[in-house]
Amino acid sequence: MKAVDAAADAFLSPPPFPPVARLQDVSLNYGRTKALERITLDLPSGSMVGFIGPDGVGKSSLLSLVAGARKIQSGRISVLEGDMADAGHRRAACPRIAYMPQGLGRNLYPTLSVFENADFFGRLFGHAREEREHRIGNLLSATGLAPFADRPAGKLSGGMKQKLGLCCALIHDPDLLILDEPTTGVDPLSRRQFWELITRIRVGRPGMSVLVATAYMEEAARFDWLVAMNAGRLLAAEAPRELLDATGTATLEEAFIALLPPSQREGYRPVVIPPREPDADSGKTAIEAHGLTMRFGDFTAVDSVSFRIGQGEIFGFLGSNGCGKTTTMKMLTGLLPASEGEARLFGRPVDPKDIETRRRVGYMTQSFSLYGELTVRQNLVLHARLFRMPEEGIPARVEEMARRFGLSEEMESLPASLPLGHRQRLSLAVAMIHGPEMLILDEPTSGVDPVARDAFWQIMIDLARRDKVTIFISTHFMNEAERCDRISLMHAGRVLVSDAPAALIEKRGVNTLEEAFIGYLEEAEESMADGDATAPDGPSEIPAGQSAPAGAAKSDFFSLRRLFSYNRREALELLRDPIRLTLAMLGSVILMIVMGYGINMDVEDLSFAVLDRDQTTLSRDYALNLSGSRYFREQPPIKDHADLDRRMRAGEISLAIEIPPDFSRSLHRGSPVAIGAWIDGAMPTRAETVRGYVQGMHAHWMANLARHALGPVATAGAASIEIRFRYNPDVKSLPAMVPAVIPLLLMMIPAMLTALAVVREKELGSIVNFYVTPTTRLEFLLGKQIPYVCLAFLNFLLLTALAVAVFRLPIKGSFTALAAGAALYSIAATALGLVISAFMRSQIAALFGTTLLTILPAVQFSGMNDPVSSLEGAGAVIGRIYPTTHFLTIARGTFSKGLGFSDLSASFLPLLLAVPILIALGTLLLRKQES
Amino acid sequence: MRAANIFHLGNKELRSLLRDPVMLFLILYAFTYAVYIASAAMPETLHKAPIAIVDEDRSPLSTRIIDAFYPPYFLSPALISRSEMDARMDAGLDTFAVNIPPGFQRDVLAGRSPTIQLNVDATRMSQAFVGSGYIQTIIGTEISSFLQGYRANPPPPVELALRARFNPQLNKSWFGAVMKVIDNVTMLSIILTGAALIREREHGTVEHLLVMPVTPFEIMAGKVWAMALVVLAATAGSLVFVVQGLLAVPIQGSILLFLAGSALHLFATTSLGIFLGTLARSMPQFGLLVMLILIPLQILSGSVTPRESMPDAVQFAMMAAPNTHFVILAQAILYRGAGLAVVWPQFVTLVLIGASLFGLSLARFRKTLAAMA
Repeated sequence: MKAVDAAADAFLSPPPFPPVARLQDVSLNYGRTKALERITLDLPSGSMVGFIGPDGVGKSSLLSLVAGARKIQSGRISVLEGDMADAGHRRAACPRIAYMPQGLGRNLYPTLSVFENADFFGRLFGHAREEREHRIGNLLSATGLAPFADRPAGKLSGGMKQKLGLCCALIHDPDLLILDEPTTGVDPLSRRQFWELITRIRVGRPGMSVLVATAYMEEAARFDWLVAMNAGRLLAAEAPRELLDATGTATLEEAFIALLPPSQREGYRPVVIPPREPDADSGKTAIEAHGLTMRFGDFTAVDSVSFRIGQGEIFGFLGSNGCGKTTTMKMLTGLLPASEGEARLFGRPVDPKDIETRRRVGYMTQSFSLYGELTVRQNLVLHARLFRMPEEGIPARVEEMARRFGLSEEMESLPASLPLGHRQRLSLAVAMIHGPEMLILDEPTSGVDPVARDAFWQIMIDLARRDKVTIFISTHFMNEAERCDRISLMHAGRVLVSDAPAALIEKRGVNTLEEAFIGYLEEAEESMADGDATAPDGPSEIPAGQSAPAGAAKSDFFSLRRLFSYNRREALELLRDPIRLTLAMLGSVILMIVMGYGINMDVEDLSFAVLDRDQTTLSRDYALNLSGSRYFREQPPIKDHADLDRRMRAGEISLAIEIPPDFSRSLHRGSPVAIGAWIDGAMPTRAETVRGYVQGMHAHWMANLARHALGPVATAGAASIEIRFRYNPDVKSLPAMVPAVIPLLLMMIPAMLTALAVVREKELGSIVNFYVTPTTRLEFLLGKQIPYVCLAFLNFLLLTALAVAVFRLPIKGSFTALAAGAALYSIAATALGLVISAFMRSQIAALFGTTLLTILPAVQFSGMNDPVSSLEGAGAVIGRIYPTTHFLTIARGTFSKGLGFSDLSASFLPLLLAVPILIALGTLLLRKQES
Repeated sequence: MRAANIFHLGNKELRSLLRDPVMLFLILYAFTYAVYIASAAMPETLHKAPIAIVDEDRSPLSTRIIDAFYPPYFLSPALISRSEMDARMDAGLDTFAVNIPPGFQRDVLAGRSPTIQLNVDATRMSQAFVGSGYIQTIIGTEISSFLQGYRANPPPPVELALRARFNPQLNKSWFGAVMKVIDNVTMLSIILTGAALIREREHGTVEHLLVMPVTPFEIMAGKVWAMALVVLAATAGSLVFVVQGLLAVPIQGSILLFLAGSALHLFATTSLGIFLGTLARSMPQFGLLVMLILIPLQILSGSVTPRESMPDAVQFAMMAAPNTHFVILAQAILYRGAGLAVVWPQFVTLVLIGASLFGLSLARFRKTLAAMA
């Protein structure tokens, strides 16, 4: 046996082929964490290269660097004979590279169908229609996905998603295929089919190089060449056989452990399972299910499943993706009410309201149920408290869990910065913090490296055997299934068989559990296929890469084809979300009606009251003069000053008139007398209007009085003023407001639609398609923008029709000018949303930012109420450049003032400028690589 | 025990928010600079109103009239020819255009009562009505004082002593500042709770909470108190430092009473946020829903235009919206110095609206959780 000190110097044997990628001194840091440390490595071309190593050692980082999805921090990487730091080379090389990121279907678009997903990639690489259909047809039938071409990608099982991902990656005949853990979380049968597919493809395209990261050592054993990594460093890089020889081990799993530095190796012990005590079966029943059935609509996800699990038993649940394991587990935890049948925990029926039972159960889901914003410690403490552990016991318990799960050094880190496997450990620690009597674990070890998995199982076995904790676990790993006391095989909602692993192998008469498993599954699929015409045909031949790599020659700076490819996809996604479409269209109609009628500057029906201390005919006539108008409504008279004060404070009256004692007498005597008027100044606009009304009516009353006393001569003034209210002769709010509401809505709704467009892809992961395809930033943004511009313009037509038909507001000017303005404005509004989207990192921030950046400027600074020229300070500056201001002028000009293009040219210019400026800004803010 | 869960869950929300620097910045921005510019930009009803004058008389009287228009009420008048008048108004350059006819001074002195034409762009509602009143008064005053040398004008027998209470100068920025704060309270509370719920759903953490010994009520209550606290703190800070301090708006009543009212309002709006969060299936849908709900809430609550002038149906419907009552109580407390004796009906109504919204969201929340699990 050869001693290996891998940390000191990795042993590298020369690769058998010229390298497809060369890495020199490559390092990568995430903040203070070192992901890769000075890696120097040549990757052979034309072969299958596997990357193995524990979680978080930098395999994914390395692959994304090679794919060009991530920005190189230091060192040199050359792929396909060119420098990946050079954007020009990346653009030229990426049509020859295909990259499938980690996570099931992460780069697929869930609402698009299987065919549409593949079609999107095909268009992106510039295949003509005929070629595209031919290629997609071939790939889909080769992967057995042809019968499901119309199914949305989001509704596929995990294994099918990965096959579709592969189709999308292979559509452009890449020379380099990069797969990051493509089979993690995929059941053995699908996994086997996946590798068979890759093998056939390689037969067709022998020159293709494949880089694969995997957590399955038995998969890695079949690769041509292996790269073993640990803690950001290289342990070894050679063929599997040599690796085994060098470490003197029989399996890769052992070889890998042998390669680890001594400090990590020390803690490792092979998992030993003490047999269950014979009296165990006579013990109490922990979980019991009878005829458990779950239907979603007419789809039966789980079909009368029954089982019984004793206390302290480790019960494994195996099955293909989407066979109903997760649904069954959710029914057991009470998350889903069963359609039929009954489940009992600790002898009590599952009841979602039963808080006591929940305290005895620990549950861990497939997706990480951790709070990304809380540190590891905070997550643990929070859960301890929620499980109502005594406060004084929590710190000790948290320390204990941290030690047990090897999290002690990461207590203050955020889960997001932890590698997948560590996060899984944290999830389990969280599920066990309260010392539950039962653990329900849904694929807890998916994506976890072998060492960590063994450590994890050691803990579980200790729990089961020593503390009599019942464990109900689902898994895709056969060596884990073998460790269970009993397992159930599930397929298409039904339990096929339940027994001890050894008994199953014996029953099928095979050597391994995997073979037994696949045997049962194939049998089940055959029996289903008999009655099901849509079952996949046998995978057909893989198309050989006869044509030259398409798109390579066309990777210029701007391609309409790629732009339309993104455009088409975005439009399809929008069409698949009818709720969003309806909200956008119907919503703007509702808002327009509400605002058209609601924003009313005509102040009418103001409440006023009189404190009449004179109580004569004349004083009452004065009050009648006010209450007789449509502007004022008289309230009960005011008793005294205290009453006046109280009612004004309460907002009951907005105007109080005080007529002094001796009013009538003074007036007749001709001595000066004053009427007091108090206006509620809390709302200045209203107060101003009230003031105007009162002054006018006072003058009117005085004139009347004078006419009665002196005859008509006295009323003639020195000069008169003739007021012409233009465009809106009645000074009504509606004709003034409706044309202003259209620009307002056309800003806010389209901006909100696009604001989430990019940031959503960032959050959900499909942005990686943009990183690794030849799409330029401008193509990406414009492609995304076009559907929303169309939607916004449709919205404009709808709102205009509403203004004309419902509000009876004719367009007095040129409709063409209005429509042209609206088209420009729609582009500007959607571009503004994209700028926000390109800049923000999270959807919430984009949402909030958009409301802040649209509502305030559009409502207050764009001249809806106050002309921009009257504004002050920053508001005035914003008002001058904000697009709404200019479209508002166009809308009012064409609706009310009868204007056309030539009159409004001054308003078109700023819009014409805003469009390229905003698009350029969005393009600059968008990153073409992950930093 | 229950209270402890609600406390811990709320604590978690606060911690999450602290980790999000962009959100913190946006909250800070909304309650400081946004309030400041909104208020500082808000013109007096008649502020720098653009006016043009066509002087066909060119007499001492017409010059006198032209000189009477100056900032801040009006921009210095643009002297234009008659032919320019229509085009300028069409382009939106002027709100008002005054046409003084030839021989105006002569006719006035001769007592022939000549006519000045005043053209008003009536699509600019806010200036049109009040502004034309001002212009009439200004021109009238100038003519009278011009005439004073020639003939005596008797003083009007009845004087009208007009006084505006609570805001004697009718300073619009006072109003704007507080109303902006109020709008932000509503916006932020709805977005924070709703989006936080959707994010938890998208990340699968809600489901996880449900298998723990916590009830949907506790989950919701935790969110409500935490987000309400954030907004309340931001409101208090904004009111004291920005509105009272920077903008020097005098506040008449008790800030504490106002904050108590805000807390009740937040109870209602955070519940509404959760309700919307259960309706929307994804963040883009939520974004549209927020726009759809927020805009009418803000515009029809009485913080932009007076409630009295809205159609009866709108007034009635808006009684169900928490904003309406919040705006009423805010105006009463902050401007008119009203006490609890005056605003208690609004407090009671807010409690009722809040409780029903909370109840409604809780029912919805339970249902959606069951559907999505």
